[in-house]
Amino acid sequence: MATLATRPTGYSDAPSEEEPLNYLNATHGWKSWLLTVDHKRIALLYLFSITLMFFMGGTFAILVRLHLTSPNGLFSPEVYNRLFSMHGIVMVFFFLVPSIPATLGNFLLPIMIGAKDLAFPRINLLSWYIYVLGAAFAIYAVARGGVDTGWTFYTPYSTTYSNSYVLAAAFGVFVAGFSSILTGLNFIVTVHKMRAPGMSWGRLPLFVWAHYATGLIQILGTPVVAIALVLVGMERVMHVGIFDPRVGGDPILFQHIFWFYSHPAVYIMILPGMGIISEVISCFSRKRVFGYDFIAASSMGIAVLGFLVWGHHMFITGESMYTGVVFSFLSFFVAVPSAVKVFNWMATMYKGSVTFDSPMLYAFAFIGLFTIGGLTGLYLSTLATNVTLHGTYFVVAHFHFVMVGGMVVAFLAGLHFWWPKITGRMYNEPWAKFAALLVFLGFNLTFLPQFILGYLGMPRRYSAYPPEFQTLNVLSSAGATVLGVAFIIPMIYLTYAWFFGPKVGKNPWEAKGLEWEVASPPITLNFEKTPTVTEEAYNYGPVEEVIG
Amino acid sequence: MADTLVAPHEAEHDPHLRHHFANADQQLDSATLGMWTFLITEVLFFGGMFTAYVIYRSLYHDAFAATSMVMNVPLGGINTGVLICSSLSMALAVRAAQLGQRKAQIISLLLTMFFGVVFLGVKAYEYHEKYIEHLIPGPNFQFPEAPQYFHNAQILFFLYFAMTGMHAVHMIIGLGLLTFLLIGAYRSKYGPTYFTPVEMIGLYWHFVDVVWIFLFPLLYLIGHTK
Repeated sequence: MATLATRPTGYSDAPSEEEPLNYLNATHGWKSWLLTVDHKRIALLYLFSITLMFFMGGTFAILVRLHLTSPNGLFSPEVYNRLFSMHGIVMVFFFLVPSIPATLGNFLLPIMIGAKDLAFPRINLLSWYIYVLGAAFAIYAVARGGVDTGWTFYTPYSTTYSNSYVLAAAFGVFVAGFSSILTGLNFIVTVHKMRAPGMSWGRLPLFVWAHYATGLIQILGTPVVAIALVLVGMERVMHVGIFDPRVGGDPILFQHIFWFYSHPAVYIMILPGMGIISEVISCFSRKRVFGYDFIAASSMGIAVLGFLVWGHHMFITGESMYTGVVFSFLSFFVAVPSAVKVFNWMATMYKGSVTFDSPMLYAFAFIGLFTIGGLTGLYLSTLATNVTLHGTYFVVAHFHFVMVGGMVVAFLAGLHFWWPKITGRMYNEPWAKFAALLVFLGFNLTFLPQFILGYLGMPRRYSAYPPEFQTLNVLSSAGATVLGVAFIIPMIYLTYAWFFGPKVGKNPWEAKGLEWEVASPPITLNFEKTPTVTEEAYNYGPVEEVIG
Repeated sequence: MADTLVAPHEAEHDPHLRHHFANADQQLDSATLGMWTFLITEVLFFGGMFTAYVIYRSLYHDAFAATSMVMNVPLGGINTGVLICSSLSMALAVRAAQLGQRKAQIISLLLTMFFGVVFLGVKAYEYHEKYIEHLIPGPNFQFPEAPQYFHNAQILFFLYFAMTGMHAVHMIIGLGLLTFLLIGAYRSKYGPTYFTPVEMIGLYWHFVDVVWIFLFPLLYLIGHTK
């Protein structure tokens, strides 16, 4: 019982006297934010901008679900095409890709390895400005009426036939890609060169390992999609023929180049989330992560294997059978490192002193939803089932289980876990628990029916469907409404906590890790004196038997 | 800014050492690794186009041989020589910066920029030549040399313009960076203790040269028989 009984909450209701100097109150004025080179402030700039984009993409999602409540749809097919395309473009390129790395990663990575900042602080700020520029182009495309090509910009539709603002949107994605590259580059160099004395590779928190692997994918994959979009732009403007079959060009070449980035990109989106879950589960089980080496290695394994599976997006688009067989096999293979992580998380909780604080609730949700998302991925990497399922809602459900059920839930877990560190204040825990539950329920109500719809054969991206699918579609739309509310609640109480929440000490969760040894919120250069690391990560000590 | 307020004492030791590094070695190591990482990104950026080149060349081999016949090999060869010379002068500039020889540094940088401008001038002349011969893909494209490859040849010419064009964009950026270095050299900013920018931009310049070393044989020489 000892471990449970002696766990103080770390809250204090003491009236605030003179606040000690920290990164938030060190300087004031808008210039001190827009010209800052402090990784923590840049993380908050990112947090603010990606939240805006998230709610923009979310609005499109709600409109898509609203449209699908009726078999013939509420909007015209043209409008519907634009709605789901803009939902995808905004969510994938302007929310999911930068989300965790640019916010929590940016904030925590230097602190976790005992550095005063990222290796290139000014490049870090530059990456935010590049992101904003890219987002501005995307918003411009939306304001002018949007894009109707789907988020994948498939040729020849995007190059020849689409009458929408493809150029502006593609240029926005192109530009935002460089922000992603610079973030990845900064992380890689920081992890290599900025570690504090004693912080060996074997002692890095798994969150850092996950971000290192993410950085590798960002620098290797992103330039390739950049060039693919440049070629699409040139083809669209000048009709040069590189993707045009009329002069011998190959539209499928675009798909290959596009997915060479965009499949690894889903690992850019999920790996940092896995890093968060490793931290959260270890902390709330009061136990060292089981199989640290394997989780760290599996992050690298996912980064490497992720580059070899892009062909599974193209089983039914003119790929030879033998190519398909190879890609199918490799896609099964990438499930192995993901499963290693899930089993190790379970083993970490086994005989741990598990508590049910809100970050842990999100971690539970993550494990369940990510497992379903991952296992349904195996259906899609199987050649025979893929042929039936690829064009259906099954793919939509699978993708959202991994991206929303995995990545967004992990992001929320991380935000709740480190919010006291970021703001120095604690949020309202009952509300947080309620929101976590609501996210879980709303999510399942939205996306479980979509698996069934896909299995029954409802095609994705169509603006109309046969009337017999209406019940399941209405269920899904109802779930989307619940989910929408569930995302707004944390926004409210987290923002409230920032200004009015009770102040917390250094380490409200009694967690291990360098970030919990600095003040909350940290000072501008993180550490008064560069720390020396003398112990393994997650050194939670021996587990005490909890009896009855 | 935020950091200068908190740690003014650290900035006093070495004006070039940024506040968050422990020492100059760590700073130089970080910059070098960062630059190499960036160059890997650049390799993949060009890699997309090289992939397209490989695929179309294997699909339309004969058309590609026909198009390389109209490339201006002497001018391409001269440009290759010019770029190799610019790499030499760039390397000398780095050396001069490390030794703190201000004059040698300025001269090497000016020479590098001169070679860069010559390259771009020759390239512009070649583009103009292609324009006059209606070899720009699109509605005005003509290819009387081998009319049977009228369609496929456009793809090669597009790749030619896209790849050399992207290379030229990198050269122009490089010239901008060299101007920045020149100003620094003029103000004696670089010396034995601090030459990081010269070395990093040098790496970039060499990379851009190496890209050309691949472009020249692929676009001009392969299939060119005379």
